[in-house]
Amino acid sequence: MEKEKPKLNLAVYWGAACGGCCVSVLDVHEKLFDVVANANLVFWPIALDTKYSDVEAMPDGFIDVTLYNGAIRNSENEHIAKLLRQKTKVMVAYGSCAHLGGIPGLANFHTGKEIFERVYVSSESTVNKEKIYPQTSYKIPEGELTLPEFYNDVRTLGQVVDVDYYLPGCPPQTERLLEVFMAIVKKEELPPNGSVIGATDKGQCDECPRKRSDNKKIKQFKRPVEVIDDGETCFLEQGLICMGPATRCGCGYRCIEGNSPCRGCYGPPPGSPDPGSKMMSAIGTMVGSDDPEEIAKIVEQIEDPAGTFYRFSLPAAILRRKLIETTVS
Amino acid sequence: MTFEPTIVSFLCNWCSYTGADLAGTSRIPYSPNLRTIRIMCSGRIEPTFVMKAFREGADGVLMCGCHPGDCHYHEGNYKCLRRYHLLQKYIVQMGIEKERMRLEWISASEGKQFAALADEFTETIKKLGPSKIKKVMETLT
Amino acid sequence: MKQYTIDPITRLEGHGKIEIFCSDEGEVENVYFQVPELRGFEKFCEGRLVEELSQIVTKICGVCPGCHHMASGKAADAVYSLEIPPTAKKLRELFYMAHFIHSHIAHFYALAAPDFIVGPGAPAAERNILGVISKVGTEIGTEVIKQRRRAQEIQALLGGHQTHVVMNIPGGVRKGLTEEERDEIIIKAKDFIEFSKFTIQIFNDVVLGNKDYVNLILNGPYSLKIHSMGLVDENNNVNFYDGKVRVVNTTGKELCRYKGVEYLNHIEERVEPWSYLKFPYLKKKGWKGFVDGEDSGVYQATPLSRLNAADGMATPLADTEYKRMFETLGGKPVHSTLAMHWARLIELLYASENLLRLATDKEITGKELRNIPSKVIGEGVGIVEAQRGTLTHHYWTDKKGIVTKVNIIVGTTNNNAAICMSLKKAAQGLIKKGKEVTDEILNMVEMAFRAYDPCFSCATHSLPGEMPLIVNIHKHNGEIIKTFKR
Ligand code: SF4
Ligand code: SF4
Ligand code: SF4
Ligand code: FES
Repeated sequence: MEKEKPKLNLAVYWGAACGGCCVSVLDVHEKLFDVVANANLVFWPIALDTKYSDVEAMPDGFIDVTLYNGAIRNSENEHIAKLLRQKTKVMVAYGSCAHLGGIPGLANFHTGKEIFERVYVSSESTVNKEKIYPQTSYKIPEGELTLPEFYNDVRTLGQVVDVDYYLPGCPPQTERLLEVFMAIVKKEELPPNGSVIGATDKGQCDECPRKRSDNKKIKQFKRPVEVIDDGETCFLEQGLICMGPATRCGCGYRCIEGNSPCRGCYGPPPGSPDPGSKMMSAIGTMVGSDDPEEIAKIVEQIEDPAGTFYRFSLPAAILRRKLIETTVS
Repeated sequence: MTFEPTIVSFLCNWCSYTGADLAGTSRIPYSPNLRTIRIMCSGRIEPTFVMKAFREGADGVLMCGCHPGDCHYHEGNYKCLRRYHLLQKYIVQMGIEKERMRLEWISASEGKQFAALADEFTETIKKLGPSKIKKVMETLT
Repeated sequence: MKQYTIDPITRLEGHGKIEIFCSDEGEVENVYFQVPELRGFEKFCEGRLVEELSQIVTKICGVCPGCHHMASGKAADAVYSLEIPPTAKKLRELFYMAHFIHSHIAHFYALAAPDFIVGPGAPAAERNILGVISKVGTEIGTEVIKQRRRAQEIQALLGGHQTHVVMNIPGGVRKGLTEEERDEIIIKAKDFIEFSKFTIQIFNDVVLGNKDYVNLILNGPYSLKIHSMGLVDENNNVNFYDGKVRVVNTTGKELCRYKGVEYLNHIEERVEPWSYLKFPYLKKKGWKGFVDGEDSGVYQATPLSRLNAADGMATPLADTEYKRMFETLGGKPVHSTLAMHWARLIELLYASENLLRLATDKEITGKELRNIPSKVIGEGVGIVEAQRGTLTHHYWTDKKGIVTKVNIIVGTTNNNAAICMSLKKAAQGLIKKGKEVTDEILNMVEMAFRAYDPCFSCATHSLPGEMPLIVNIHKHNGEIIKTFKR
C-alpha cells in the first residue's frame, strides 16, 4: 500500500442462503490479507460480533458496500435487508439467491402451507399426530419464544429493496468478487446502478470449451442419466439440456469442466426480461424437425422445463410462482 | 353478470392477420373478446410475449401463423410450433390450464375459419373462467 | 425471571438463537436453542429429475455441500438399483476424504483452537484465528490456509465446481483421474498426513499438556450421557462414505446396527412449536423429553459419537490415536462434549491416510466410470457421515425417475436435542447465583454449542472476530436491565 487510504466499510449478510456465498468470500484463501488490508468488516454474522442493534445504531450510509446473499424467505430476511439498505451506500445482491431467488426460489412451486405440511406432518420419519407447526410466537412456562414469519413466497433481494449491483453465481466465482472488490477499492468507475457486475455480457456458449456447431439440429432429448457424455461435444448436441444458450458467461465453466451441463446459475444474458424464456426460444430454434408430429414428440422428451429453465430464477420470472388455489386470498 | 374474457391474439402479418381482416371485410361476425397484436411472423412470438399477456391479465392467448410450408420466412411457423409445445408444458407446470393457450394456422383466405376459431376459443375460455394469474402475481409485490 | 438472548449465534442450516431463562435469584431454569429458518428442500425437490437432485441438494449447505452430494448420489443409485463401477466408488470416496480434510482443518484452527490456544477467557478481540496465529506464529497460519486450499483443489478437480460439486450421477461419476492428477494427489495426501500429525501434536502440547483444560474436558459442565451414532464398515471401523449405521448406548453397548434403507425402523423426529428444526430420537427408546441417560431417546451424531460407536479406525496411525484418546479419557464411550475436538483430529488423520491409500490404488485411474440404468425401482435411501453427523436422503420417484417425495435428515439435525441439552448443562454449570455473567462465561456456554460444529462453523471463522453474541437481562416484566455485548 503506497498511501494510507481510508478503508472501506464492508458488510456481508445472508438471508435464505446456504452459506456457500459466505464461504466463497473466504475462498480468496491467501488473498484474505489483501481484503483485510483494504476493508473494515463492520458486519458479518458468521465471523464478527456485531449485533443487529449495532447495525441499527450506525448512521445511514455508514457501510460502503454490503454483500447481501440469500433470498427473502421470511420476515427476518426482509427486515435485515431493509435495515442494511438504509445503512449502505452500495447494496450488492451477491449470488443467485439474492439475484434471482436461487435454489430456495424453487419453493415458489408450492405454498408455504404445503411445505409445512410435508416437513412437519407427512414426512415419513416425523411423528406429529397433533399437527404441531412452528409458531411465530409461543408461550412457554418461562416466558415467550418467537420465530420469524415464514412467507408464502420467496422473493429476490431486488424485489424487496433497491439494489445497486447484482453479482451473479451460485456462488459467484471468487476471482470475480476480487476483481469487483479491487475496482471498488481503487475507485474505478463502476457501471450504472442496477447493472450486473462480475460477469461478462457474453453468453456461456460463446467461449465454451466444448466442440460445437453453430447450427444445432436436435432430434432427440435425453436425460443425463441415460447418456455417457463423451467429454468433448456440446451437451445440447448430445441431446442433453444445457442452459448455456441462456446463461451469462463468467463462472469459468465450472460445471462444464466437471462434465455436467450448465444449469444457469449466472442468470440470463443482458436484455432478457425473463430468465427461462430465452432457453425456450433457443430450443425452438434447435429442434431438428419440421414435421408437426415429430416436433411434438421431440419436445415431449424435455422433462421438467420449468424446474430446469428456472432452476435458479423462479421468483425473478415473469410468472413468479405456480398458481395454486390457496395462493389467492 | 356473464364473464367476458380478455383474449390476446398474436397474428402473423402475411396470412393470419389478412385472414382475420377478411373475416371483417366479409362481415362475418365473431367474438369481440380478442385484442389483436399484429406481428410480422409467428416465429417472432417470443415466449415472453405470452407470459406478459397472462401476467397483465389475459384470460387466454391465441397465436396464429401461416400453414406449414407457407410461412413468408420459411421456418417461422415451425419455430413457433416448437416453442408452443414447450410453452404448453411450462404453463401447465406453473398451474395454468393448457387450454388457455392455443396455436392455429390461418391462411389469408380463411376468414370464415378465423371467425369460427375466435368464437370457439372464446367459448373455451368462458368455460374455464377468469384467469387468476394477475391477481396472484400482484399479491407478491 | 431474567432472560438472556444470544442472537444470532448464526448458521446451522440457517440461523440460530439461544434463549436462557433464569429465576429472579439468577439460577438457570431453562435454555432453548431455536433455529429460526426453513427452506423446504423436502418439498421443492418434488417434480425434479432424480439425477438432478445431487446438484440441487448441495445448496442445503454451502459448508458441507459434498456430504449432501454423496448422500444424494447414493440414494439416486438406489432408485435405479445401480451398482457403481469400483473406480467410481473409489473416486467418490477419494473426493469425500478431501472434503473432510478441508472442513476439519478449518474447524479446528478457526473455530476450536481460539478457545484452547488463546484461552476461553482471553479478550474477545483476540479469541479468533488471528489470535491463534499470533500465538503459534504466522507460518502456521499460512500453512493452515494453504492446506485447506489444497484439499479444496482436489474437490474441484473431481467435482468441477469448487463448492457445489457436480461429480455424481446415478451409476457412477462424470469424471475420472489422469495419472498426473493422481500423482499430485499423492503428494498432497502425504502432506496432509504430516499436517494432521502436527495438528494432533499441537493439541497434545497445548490442551492435554494443560491440567486446567484436561480438567475442563473431563469434569467441566460439558458432559452429556446419551447414545452415540456412527457409520461403520464390516469390521466396525469408522467409515464416512459407506457401511451400516451403528448406535451404542451410554455404556458403549450396541443398540442397533442397520442398513441405510432401514432407518425408518430406528429413527423418528419430533416437532416443537418454537423451532423450525425437528428433533430426531431413537424410535425404540421413544421421546422422553430433553433428558439424558440410558432411557432417553436422545443420541448424538458427531466425530466423537462416530468414534464411540466404532471399534477402531481403518488406518494405522489414526487407530493408534483412537486407542490413545480412549485410554487418556478413561475408556469408551466418552461423553465429554469437548472431546469432540480431539475426535475430529483423529478423523482428520484417518481421512488423510485414507486419501493416500485411495490415491495409490491401481484402480483409481480406471476408465470405467459409469453404469447406465436398465430399470427404475422408484425408491432409494442414501446414508453417509457428514462432518456434522449421519446424513440421510430418502427419495421416491415415479416410473420415469421423476421425484415424487423426499425425506432428509441432515447431520446437524441429529444433534438438535443434544445441543439444547448441552447448552442447558453448560449454562447451569456456569451461570450461578450472585456471580456476574461475564463475557468469559458466555463464551464458555457457547463452547458447548461450538463443539458440535453445527454446520456453519467450519470455514467461516477465519476472519477476526467471534460469533456475535448479545445478552439482554430481562426483569420479570420484560424490561431490559442490562445488556452485554462483545
Ligand atoms: S447463491 Fe448458491 S452459494 Fe450463494 S447462498 Fe444461494 S445457494 Fe448458496
Ligand atoms: S450448450 Fe452448453 S455445452 Fe453447448 S456450447 Fe453452450 S455452454 Fe457449451
Ligand atoms: S456452468 Fe452454469 S450452472 Fe455451472 S457455475 Fe457456470 S453458470 Fe453456474
Ligand atoms: S409469416 Fe406467417 S408464420 Fe411466418
